[in-house]
Amino acid sequence: MSKMTESADDMTKSTSPFLSLTGLRAALRDGSISSTAATEAILTRIETIDPTLRSFVTVTAEEALAQARAADQRLANGEKTPLLGVPVAIKEILCSEGIVSQAGSKILEGFKPPYDAYVVSKLKAAGAVIVGMTNTDEFGMGSSTEYSAFQTSRNPWNIECTPGGSSGGSAAAVAGGLAYGALGTDTGGSVRLPASFCGIVGLRPTYGRVSRWGVIAYASSLDQVGPMGRTVEDTAVMLQTISGYDERDSTSIETAVPDYEAACTGDIRGLKIGIPQEYFIEGLDPEVKAAVEAAIEQLAALGAEIVDISLPHTKYALPMYYLIATAEASANLARYDGVRFGPRVPGKDVIETTMRTRALFGPEVKNRIMLGTFVLSAGYYDAYYGRALKARTLLINDFNRAFEQVDVILTPTSPTTAFKIGEKADDPLQMYLTDIFTVSLNLSASCGLSVPCGRDSAGLPIGLQLIGATLQEETILRVAHAYQQATEWHTAHPPV
Amino acid sequence: MSETLTKFEAVIGLEIHAEMLTQSKMFSGCRVVDSVEAAPNSAVDPLSLGMPGMLPVINRSAVEMAMKVGLALNCEINAYNAFERKNYFYPDLPKGYQITQYAHPVATNGYLDIKGASGETKRVRIRRAHIEEDTGKLTHLSDGRSLVDYNRAGVPLLEIVSEPDMRTAEEALAFATKIRQILRYLDVNTGDMEKGIIRFEANISIRPLGSDALNTRVEVKNLNSFRSLTSSIEYQIAQQIETVEGGSVVEQATLGWDEDRKQTYSQRSKEDAHDYRYFPEPDLPPLIIGPDWIDRVREQLVELPDSKLRRYLTELGLPSYDAEVIVEDRPVAEWFDAAVAAGGDPKTVANWLINNLFALMNEHKQTIENSRVSPQGMVDLLALIEAETINKNTAKSVLVDMFLSGQTAKTIVEEKGLAQISDDGPILTIIQTIIDDNPQMVANYLGGKDKLRGWFMGQVMRELRGKGNPALVNRLLDQKLGELKKR
Amino acid sequence: MSTLSLQDVEKIALLARLYLTPEEKAKYQQQLSDVLTYVEQLSELDLDGVPPQAHAVAQQNIMREDEVNSTIPINKALGNAAATADDQFAIQAVFDE
Ligand SMILES: [Mg+2]
Ligand SMILES: [Zn+2]
Repeated sequence: MSKMTESADDMTKSTSPFLSLTGLRAALRDGSISSTAATEAILTRIETIDPTLRSFVTVTAEEALAQARAADQRLANGEKTPLLGVPVAIKEILCSEGIVSQAGSKILEGFKPPYDAYVVSKLKAAGAVIVGMTNTDEFGMGSSTEYSAFQTSRNPWNIECTPGGSSGGSAAAVAGGLAYGALGTDTGGSVRLPASFCGIVGLRPTYGRVSRWGVIAYASSLDQVGPMGRTVEDTAVMLQTISGYDERDSTSIETAVPDYEAACTGDIRGLKIGIPQEYFIEGLDPEVKAAVEAAIEQLAALGAEIVDISLPHTKYALPMYYLIATAEASANLARYDGVRFGPRVPGKDVIETTMRTRALFGPEVKNRIMLGTFVLSAGYYDAYYGRALKARTLLINDFNRAFEQVDVILTPTSPTTAFKIGEKADDPLQMYLTDIFTVSLNLSASCGLSVPCGRDSAGLPIGLQLIGATLQEETILRVAHAYQQATEWHTAHPPV
Repeated sequence: MSETLTKFEAVIGLEIHAEMLTQSKMFSGCRVVDSVEAAPNSAVDPLSLGMPGMLPVINRSAVEMAMKVGLALNCEINAYNAFERKNYFYPDLPKGYQITQYAHPVATNGYLDIKGASGETKRVRIRRAHIEEDTGKLTHLSDGRSLVDYNRAGVPLLEIVSEPDMRTAEEALAFATKIRQILRYLDVNTGDMEKGIIRFEANISIRPLGSDALNTRVEVKNLNSFRSLTSSIEYQIAQQIETVEGGSVVEQATLGWDEDRKQTYSQRSKEDAHDYRYFPEPDLPPLIIGPDWIDRVREQLVELPDSKLRRYLTELGLPSYDAEVIVEDRPVAEWFDAAVAAGGDPKTVANWLINNLFALMNEHKQTIENSRVSPQGMVDLLALIEAETINKNTAKSVLVDMFLSGQTAKTIVEEKGLAQISDDGPILTIIQTIIDDNPQMVANYLGGKDKLRGWFMGQVMRELRGKGNPALVNRLLDQKLGELKKR
Repeated sequence: MSTLSLQDVEKIALLARLYLTPEEKAKYQQQLSDVLTYVEQLSELDLDGVPPQAHAVAQQNIMREDEVNSTIPINKALGNAAATADDQFAIQAVFDE
């Protein structure tokens, strides 16, 4: 970090690491701070704080500073691309050309992809400064980052607690002021859950809104990249940047991208918000329940119409999810055989070498590959995977019916606040239940976000989930933004 | 053998894997190369290497080629098409699964008519044809290593599966030959078996003659020539008969074929039983093939060999041998069609094509496409014969000239002064000279040796250096010799 | 409810090409049985005549034109491999071709 002194001038204009992304963008545009200075400040802060938070697996300081200097040049020329000069972080599941991209797994240790993921190239084109790759549960399989092969990230609000997962590194980085925004991926709740646990905003776009090209696959029909930010507007800017049609992803939706920032009008009068009874169940932490109920009242006070609805197949979502996600994962992860990339562990013959190499997968990944392999195998397909695909139809119908009645569905993001590290790591089923409120929309064609709506008596953040119909990201952003305008939760920062 | 063959019959089905001749691979914009000639791993991209995060996108041309073949094989083109993942581990399979069509193939329920042993038409049903992707290639080093080249990985394949409707190796050969011919006609495949661009597998079982049981079948792979196809089937039939007559039962097996030793060999069985765990490919939405799309593809279909053959026999009146030879290869047939369209008499064009042009092409190792004799050029040459400008013998040498120089028949005839002499005067003068110079021959002829007429004809033509109009020379010679006889 | 035998676990591990220690086998036998029991609540649903849904968003006929645009140079192709020789990926002998 010897370069720090070279821009001491800029440093004097340094600003809070908790400034919003849109706030920093304004400062960059009016020249009150340079991207180089902002980036150096972030890198310094990472050096200081991340040994505790452990949110980054790789810090790309050199590349970031080069991108910052280029951004300063472009800013000086009056360019105004959406993220020009803004330091952001990306989950280590997104491929970045020439940068080690390992998906939290020893099986990809040292893997340097010869390509940028679509979303990474979009960030670069928008002028973003990518400061590093954030920690994730291996291949996105987990809810706490404890299943990362490299490190366990910490919750900035309480470092004894998990930041959630699998995009826990991104959430901790954004909450801890180590990036102005971040990208995660959400297969069963992996953007929304850590956003909720870390007190930030995390959005899971409609499947097909954001290209999966270059995203290391976990479950292909469920995976989606999502933005994370400290405010709703910040999240909207990130979403704006990464959305769009990509002809290299056959599941990408070819439709125009609306102006998500413009959707943040503050006006939600007349909007119908549905409250599904199935989410207010036994096991829901009373403090979470109280915070969510207070948020409902707040939204009603802002002019929204609150409607009781039913999503009758909610309780089946998690079983479906584990059948579909693991089946797809068992195939997606078959390519890791040590032949073309990744390390190789030698055995006595080709088969044994393959098996010993694949033993580099961590315990939870092996568990899910085994489950997925079993539920697709001869004699079991119909009873497990086949049933799950049919049940998925019922779940999609639930949402379709609900969205005939209401504009947005409101639920808690998670039944509890962040749990202690180590509490659930050895009990997969308990860990799975963490995602009970988030998985439904991954199976459907809905979008959803988590926005902070309170803190429990231990001071840990509580998240409110807003679910929108297919491609209705604008609507959930509008509601979340109006709520944020009326509340202060997003202005509080963790003690780091 | 003859005794046993009266007791048993064979039941044979074929499976064909044909690479489709696209520019790019089945699911990505990676170049397709000749995987035998090209440098290893020179035609790969992240998708063909199964790299993390890569996604497949369907190649439209490959789908349309598959539809064409389906239509040519009289199949139903299915409206609902889905791709599935077929899961198994092998180092030449980069993703650990092959994307293929399983429950919903592009084409089903077709047939192909072949010619049976005694010339009768035999219908072989086509069960299905589906689209999939090829694997890479392994080579084995003597030092105990294997090397993997992924140039071929992801190349579009069409798998065609017949019903077990063939009863002899000859029928299987006829079917295979015809499938290959159709694929070549449709520009879907070059038909190159040695390079593995088209690959055959045979399923063989036997049963007592008259039974319609379907018994345990043996699958033979690695058939890289038609010779291997027939000899392996014959070998297997004999083996199975021997097994059954020896009181044993045929066991299900997948075998390879050793062409040098002319015998099948056991392929090491995989350590686990196959359980491919097919499931819908989540990265690819289904393809819905509507009637409009089928019609558009049907319109692009070229005339197929069977219908060409029928037309040549009935409309053009070609002898069946000629018709079959011309239909064999689509470029030849198209050359012929163009010559007929340019006004050539079908039978004459066929004669000249088969008897003369083929010989030149063989001698100079050229195909009809790069031959310098165009259909129009041939018709122009034949017109010169018709107009009696040159005779047939001259025309043969003009054709050689055309083939070598690329000049038109007219130019060659003019520049070399090859036009026939069709004037009475000079011919009569020569006849008179020959009569005058050979009194003994004349005497012998008049003495009753009629065969000598041919000798006089030869002498006259030689003096005319082959350019005499044969009909005219004949007429004038008869006239002169007649006059001598009257005297 | 659902219990997997140790042999089931071994069969699945071989299909999935995962080397497992004896302890892991015992652990997965238990964990998989638990999860299978959990997911069996799906059998409460009447799914007769319900069509399966493999994709979240129903799309169809997504295709590309037959164009070459993604071939990469050989150094990028081989750059991440554990072992190479003669511009190819090198592995232990495979004989059952
Ligand atoms: Mg087959
Ligand atoms: Zn096949």
